[in-house]
Amino acid sequence: MSDVVLQTRSLVKHFKSRDGAVRAVDGVDLQLRRGETLGVVGESGCGKSTLAKLLVGLEKPTSGAIAVRGQDMVRLKGGDLRRARRNIQMVMQDPYTSLNPRMTVGDIIGEPFEIHSDVVPKGKRRQAVQDLLDTVGLNPDHAGRYPHQFSGGQRQRIGIARALALKPEILVCDEPVSALDVSIQAQVINLLERLQDDFGLSYIFIAHDLSVVRHIADRVAVMYLGKIVEQGHDVAIYDQPTHPYTQALISAVPVPDPRLRGRRDQIVLEGDVPSPADPPSGCRFRTRCWKSQHVCGEQEPVLQIRERSPHPSACHFAEVRRVR
Amino acid sequence: MSDTRSRSLAGDAWTDLRHNKIFWASGVLVALILLMAVVPSLFTSADPAVCTLANQNQGPSSTAWFGYDFQGCDVFARTVYGTRDSLEVGLLSTLLAGVLGLIVGMAAGWFGGVVDAVLSRLTDIMLGVPLLLAAVVFSGRLSSPFEDGVFAVTLTLGLLTWTAAARVMRSAVITAKSQDYVAAARMLGAGPARLVFRHVLPNSIASFIVVITILLGTNIAAEATLSYLGAGLGGDAISWGLQIAEARNYARIAASPLVWPSVFLAVTVLAFIMLGDAIRDAFDPKLR
Repeated sequence: MSDVVLQTRSLVKHFKSRDGAVRAVDGVDLQLRRGETLGVVGESGCGKSTLAKLLVGLEKPTSGAIAVRGQDMVRLKGGDLRRARRNIQMVMQDPYTSLNPRMTVGDIIGEPFEIHSDVVPKGKRRQAVQDLLDTVGLNPDHAGRYPHQFSGGQRQRIGIARALALKPEILVCDEPVSALDVSIQAQVINLLERLQDDFGLSYIFIAHDLSVVRHIADRVAVMYLGKIVEQGHDVAIYDQPTHPYTQALISAVPVPDPRLRGRRDQIVLEGDVPSPADPPSGCRFRTRCWKSQHVCGEQEPVLQIRERSPHPSACHFAEVRRVR
Repeated sequence: MSDTRSRSLAGDAWTDLRHNKIFWASGVLVALILLMAVVPSLFTSADPAVCTLANQNQGPSSTAWFGYDFQGCDVFARTVYGTRDSLEVGLLSTLLAGVLGLIVGMAAGWFGGVVDAVLSRLTDIMLGVPLLLAAVVFSGRLSSPFEDGVFAVTLTLGLLTWTAAARVMRSAVITAKSQDYVAAARMLGAGPARLVFRHVLPNSIASFIVVITILLGTNIAAEATLSYLGAGLGGDAISWGLQIAEARNYARIAASPLVWPSVFLAVTVLAFIMLGDAIRDAFDPKLR
């Protein structure tokens, strides 16, 4: 398919530690099409942020491939890599630590132009910075201010402007709103949606907040212990989840209707997430799964379309169960 | 503020400093002290080398404002003329220690791993060397070819006192380099030079400046101690340290030869510390 802008093949990242390797990301296959938003959800420590870092080149994968518009990012070097990186940028989670406190906002947003000096000629950079500020809904006259003079939401807009400076096609958003107040979250999400329409951006949207992902994502991938366990269109995942973990996740989303309290189909998982340094054999979710059988420990379930799962699901006993 | 491009951290810092009274007060003091070091004859017409025993321990008068010391030398003249050697030793040894501390600390913090291990252990070893003992041995060795010993004392103090600055710099660099904005710049494709000088250094230099300004004071005082022990300045040299060392024995007979060089020393150190503080604060946008 030609409109695939980003593809990963069996992406693996292991971190060496004293007791072996921590398998933060362990064989992830993703596909992102032009103008699409892929939501990646999962609980803390499942490898979401490591995946984001791999995609933008902050970490080197242990094995596997990342292709941006058909170019293998892992093999590129030097100037080619720098040019390829322009195409995939990231919005970071914490707007309070991701902006250099000793640089003016103008310098922060203008830095991409200095690093990639051939994108915008010197004389036009100031104008470009002001245009970017305007694009993300900030006053262009505030370019001379410092990050601490802005609120959290405004700071996140600055981070978005910086990510947009090189006109990337793909934006990796690593929990871009989880550090913000709920009222500000909506503004930033709306901004991201508007930018997507205006510039034809593709998003990888990483979050642990399922309702935020449901709002913005076209497709959703559910991660557990470094692997994707279920993947499909947002409606399919939210209304017809087939993997027990997804079902448990969705059942944990709070519903703002007190009359439904106690009448909901709540799945409460037992136990803790196993250590990614020593994941269970076979299916990684089997230690907490109520459907677990002998085969789950023997054979690792592949992420694929199954008899009772119309979208890819990594469970031997995948079955649609409506959870509310 | 329509001219957004021309604004920079240094420019903003200067705008801020111009309105800072402490900066001006300490700046004027430092300028005065430097002037005293360069042209001492502007401040006194007396010759510090001319001493008349008849004047021994005389109190202050209109001709000798601070009185005369045990040798019958004009205390004011000697204090003024002593500024040069004291400041030379203090500033140059601090500069040397600062450069060494900055390089060692930044290299250890930025590269980590083996580099850090080697440099940190080296720092520990240097920290374990007793300063005065080493300085006495070291400076005694060096001083022979140089009459007044300024070079020897400067080199000795510089080589022995960089450790605190290096440690502070190392930990500040380690903190700064793991910040998200460094990762953001790296992601944009920034090279190591840009990462270090644009992102890590400006955000880790603050505590280093404090350590260095304090070190300036301790090094001027250390010169005094070394001179007192006979391993510092000698020959025709005049310095606050030598004055204090000589006057100590007669403090109960005549306090003035002890007090005035000490006051000059204290004011100099204070002026540099305040200046360092003001500059450090001006480079922190959050404090503006």
